[in-house]
Amino acid sequence: MKAYFGRRYMLSASHRLHCDSLSPEQNRAAYGKCNNPHGHGHNYVIEVLVGGLVLPGTGMVIDLVELDAVVGAQVLDRFDHANLNLDPLFESEVPTTENFCREVFSLVSNHLPAGKLEYVRVEETENNFFECNNM
Amino acid sequence: MIFLTRRATFSASHYYWNPEWTEEKNHAVFGRCANRNGHGHNYTLEVTLAGKPDPVTGFVVDLKWLKDVIEREVLSVYDHRHLNLETPEFKSEIPTTENIAIAAWRRLEPAIADAGGAKLSRIRIYETPEIFAEYRGES
Repeated sequence: MKAYFGRRYMLSASHRLHCDSLSPEQNRAAYGKCNNPHGHGHNYVIEVLVGGLVLPGTGMVIDLVELDAVVGAQVLDRFDHANLNLDPLFESEVPTTENFCREVFSLVSNHLPAGKLEYVRVEETENNFFECNNM
Repeated sequence: MIFLTRRATFSASHYYWNPEWTEEKNHAVFGRCANRNGHGHNYTLEVTLAGKPDPVTGFVVDLKWLKDVIEREVLSVYDHRHLNLETPEFKSEIPTTENIAIAAWRRLEPAIADAGGAKLSRIRIYETPEIFAEYRGES
């Protein structure tokens, strides 16, 4: 029996959208307020959905405690109350929420103890969110 | 294809226990959820149907009808109940969020299939705003 288990987490981080290969004018045109040199921050909501067979012994797709440990170690400890631009992952990549979402997907997917990561959704604000899946 | 979702809430208690395991193993695997006196949640159930809008009414299904089906098939059985002690499916299954999603599908699917038209596409159940499970059938 295949089912999915989902969990929502929150982290607060700052970022600045700026691309070194663009001129200052082009950066301002592309990113607007998000190009502010001093950065700005968000309360990001990270939603993960794990698919897999419901294990007969536990009735679970994945143990919540194990999922929390992976997301905690790989994502929350790394990015919560941090400046995304200073993380090595964003040395040569703009920390848009699209790119952040893709990086979170890789970090969680590579360390998942059970099941398969179906998607990661990152909500940047209540009105903007991004999803990344394996396709 | 249009996907239509109706949300409903119910409150129930449960605990996690595998009778084939020792008490120690149950506590090790399930932690606080293994407290035999139970604990409770405000569950949110999302029922998603897939279908084409009727050419006359513009409805995939009548939402009032769907509300009544959810009330009759799920809420009347689960709301303000102890899932382990009062529902037949959880005499033998552990009422994890995953298993509740599967059980709600089994309760709703025949009534929806019998009505014709739209098909049950997805059940999502939130145990808390941060924890949920989904079942999409076996297809």
